[in-house]
Amino acid sequence: MTYLAKPKFHHPSLPKNAIGFTRRDYEASTSTLCAGCGHDSISAAIIEAAFELSIEPHRVAKISGIGCSSKTPDYFLGASHGFNSVHGRMPSVLTGANLANRDLIYLGVSGDGDSASIGFGQFAHALRRGVDMVYIVENNGVYGLTKGQFSATADKGSKSKKGALNSDSAIDLVSMALQLGATFVARSFSGDKAQLVPLIKAAIQHRGAALIDVISPCIAFNNHVGSTKSLDYVRAHNEAVNALDVMIGRAPITVDHAPGKVVTVTLHDGSELRLRKLNDEYDPGDRLAAMNFLQAHAARGQIVTGLLYVDPEADDLHGHFDTVPTPLNQLGERELCPGADTLDAINAGLR
Amino acid sequence: MKPTDISAPDYFHKVVDCQWACPAHTPVPEYIRLIAAGRYSDAYMLNWKSNVFPGILGRTCDRPCEPACRRVRVEDEPVAICRLKRVAADYKDDIKARLPRPAATGNGKRIALVGAGPASLTVARDLAPLGYTCVVFDSDTRAGGMMRTQIPKFRLPDSVIDEETDYILDLGVDFRGGTRIDSLKALLEDGYDAVVVGSGAPRGRDLDIPGRQEAAANIHIGIDWLASVSFDHIHSIGRRVIVLGGGNTAMDCCRSARRLGGEDVKVVVRSGYEEMKASPWEKEDARREGIPIHNFLVPKAFLHTDGRLTGVRFETVTAEHDARGRRKLVPSGEPDVIFECDDVLVAVGQENAFPWIERDIGIAFDERDMPEVDKLTFQSTNPMVFFGGDAAFGPKNIIWSVAHGHEVAVSIDKMLRGEDIAERPRPAVQVMNQKMGIHEWSYKNEVMPDERYMVPHRDNATALGNIKAEVELGFDPNLALAEAGRCLNCDVETVFTAPLCIECDACIDVCPMDCITFTQDGDEDELRHRLRAPALNPEQAIYVADGLKTGRIMAKDEDVCLHCGLCAERCPTGAWDMNKFFLEMTHAGPACR
Repeated sequence: MTYLAKPKFHHPSLPKNAIGFTRRDYEASTSTLCAGCGHDSISAAIIEAAFELSIEPHRVAKISGIGCSSKTPDYFLGASHGFNSVHGRMPSVLTGANLANRDLIYLGVSGDGDSASIGFGQFAHALRRGVDMVYIVENNGVYGLTKGQFSATADKGSKSKKGALNSDSAIDLVSMALQLGATFVARSFSGDKAQLVPLIKAAIQHRGAALIDVISPCIAFNNHVGSTKSLDYVRAHNEAVNALDVMIGRAPITVDHAPGKVVTVTLHDGSELRLRKLNDEYDPGDRLAAMNFLQAHAARGQIVTGLLYVDPEADDLHGHFDTVPTPLNQLGERELCPGADTLDAINAGLR
Repeated sequence: MKPTDISAPDYFHKVVDCQWACPAHTPVPEYIRLIAAGRYSDAYMLNWKSNVFPGILGRTCDRPCEPACRRVRVEDEPVAICRLKRVAADYKDDIKARLPRPAATGNGKRIALVGAGPASLTVARDLAPLGYTCVVFDSDTRAGGMMRTQIPKFRLPDSVIDEETDYILDLGVDFRGGTRIDSLKALLEDGYDAVVVGSGAPRGRDLDIPGRQEAAANIHIGIDWLASVSFDHIHSIGRRVIVLGGGNTAMDCCRSARRLGGEDVKVVVRSGYEEMKASPWEKEDARREGIPIHNFLVPKAFLHTDGRLTGVRFETVTAEHDARGRRKLVPSGEPDVIFECDDVLVAVGQENAFPWIERDIGIAFDERDMPEVDKLTFQSTNPMVFFGGDAAFGPKNIIWSVAHGHEVAVSIDKMLRGEDIAERPRPAVQVMNQKMGIHEWSYKNEVMPDERYMVPHRDNATALGNIKAEVELGFDPNLALAEAGRCLNCDVETVFTAPLCIECDACIDVCPMDCITFTQDGDEDELRHRLRAPALNPEQAIYVADGLKTGRIMAKDEDVCLHCGLCAERCPTGAWDMNKFFLEMTHAGPACR
């Protein structure tokens, strides 16, 4: 951590986005996490993604639970709405907010403890209901705030900093999300912003429940030999299946980098995801194959990253409920309490 | 790219832009921190060792350090380095006890120094404590040279010159004021072991246009006129005065004229305002005193009736650029302009004059009649004769004379000990860790945008009423503290140790200036364009380190680094560290041999 605020100076060539903000305008308070924390890299990736998408900060709500990860919304998008909720309860608070105001972009920020232990049930239901959100799990495999006990996502057989071996099976949040019906599922690594930033952008553009499981090494308690969530281990075992470009609007300006077949996925709002395949056999449109692929590679000790599954046609909770397009919090008393006659008509319809 | 060798003294020295730009390489950030700490005497001594005349330079230096200052690149105005130097001089205690003592015994070597200006005095200061007998000759009775004769007292009071020249003369220097040297040959025959020519560029250029002879009584050469004012030989000037020329001498002339009865004083310059040679702040000082500057006017004739000057006729010109981008002044075709006046001061440059140096004593002169002087050793083609200051390479500034003086002293010391003077001493360098605790550093790293503070000035009415009243009042300690806080401590360097780095990205994320990139290696030209922020200032180095686990390199653009140390604070492994780089030039003495 640092006591020093980041100086207001910026590079003379710092670019502005379509709405006149620089990347620095999406920053917030100085992080109080440990030096080198992967979570700070994820915050930086969220800042970059929001800048590149030219998001108006007041159109974002960032909601979190408890833990190192859940502190981070204080460190990005300082001009956005925020709610630091109860341990493991981010998904229900976010679902409520989303139902009340469907106009906002919802960032649910959580960690492996918050989502895979105390909030596991909440995690499951938010995804299966298709709440329109970006669910980011900052996954380090340990309880950092209580000095490094194994969390539920720690791999069986991995070693703690003190040398203890983990005897419990790990919860794989990506596999869970696929099974639960999430319509955008990705895994990434805090140490690879080239991969992470486009995934966050795509998840924001996606309508429906989007999960990004970000392996985020805990430098203080889980970055040693024997850990499967250390910087070195993830770098050595990272199996990226694709690379992503997110195109907003028309006329994308890109140079097609390295070779590899490019697949274009068009989202509901017309924005395009361009996936450059790094693994020829991998198809992010096939949920079943994705699950098999993940299991097979996990058995080999590989960490599969990239955009693992996307359903561009997906709908969300509001679609399922058929709610009015106007956010509920903007409806007046007349619309919300249409009177006894309307109630009678509804009742009559149910008789 | 080749990994950066940070152990080469020049690498970090260049990062300390002010120190690098200073001809004498004064450790600027170090003395600014001392001033901030209220340690004025220590700050003064650090300066004195390096630039010999802190009180004089703190008022008159041409400040090559300031345009180089990093604040210019990250904000707008540089730190007021020069005026902070004056603070050290103004608020120091009596420092006499800290000065070197005169040598107890001589070493038997005698050095003659011609001219008692900054170059000669610097040589004497360096050599006298070593036991050399230094004999300084000057036609004036008091020491100081052009610092005393050409700089008006309202910019540089005599008391400051007296104090700082006395520090040197008191080192046992044999000062022979009022002794003009008319023959170098005769001087050499007196058996000196070496002779230093520090006689400046004493001849003001004249303007040979029609009317010059006829109106001569009211046309004065700028630097001669300033000297006469300085010696109290001149106390008045006509009501309407025209100053010709756009350099600092012209600014001194017009402001002096304004104080000696000139009510309608104007400066007329051939070039445009921006191209004028005068320092921006001197132009600003003239403007503040109500002196207009007229540009793009070339003097054509002095107008006169009955042997009396009545005015000057000017041709109006415009600047045109030829195919090679060179600027040329061409007549605009507009009618000539006539300004009426009672006196004209000609300040169109000055030049060297060596009528007293015989051409048969082994000193070669080039086609411009300048002595051939070695750029490194300052030795002429007569091995016993050295040149320094304006006498060496033409008119420059005091700080250059000081820098020359140090080098001349090194050359003489080495030569008289039988060493090869072409082999120059390396500077003394220290690199020290600045970490005091987890979040504590030995310097103020809380960097904020903060505009330059103005030096208080005496009010115009009082200033213009007395030619000896110093116009600038100097920073008071509070203003000095505030201004010192603007220094970015560029000498506290970011040092990267690749084997410690775990490539966690923390430094990249936290760097406010986007200076740091971890990427694939490449050629510098190509690499500069694909850094996190493009590094388009080729004057500033890219710090490159290899040996990272992923095979990438760390590339840091030094250009706009704030030296805030956030990279080091956020680094979990200590791969980044903040180390103070302290460089002092090696002067004459045991260290240079």
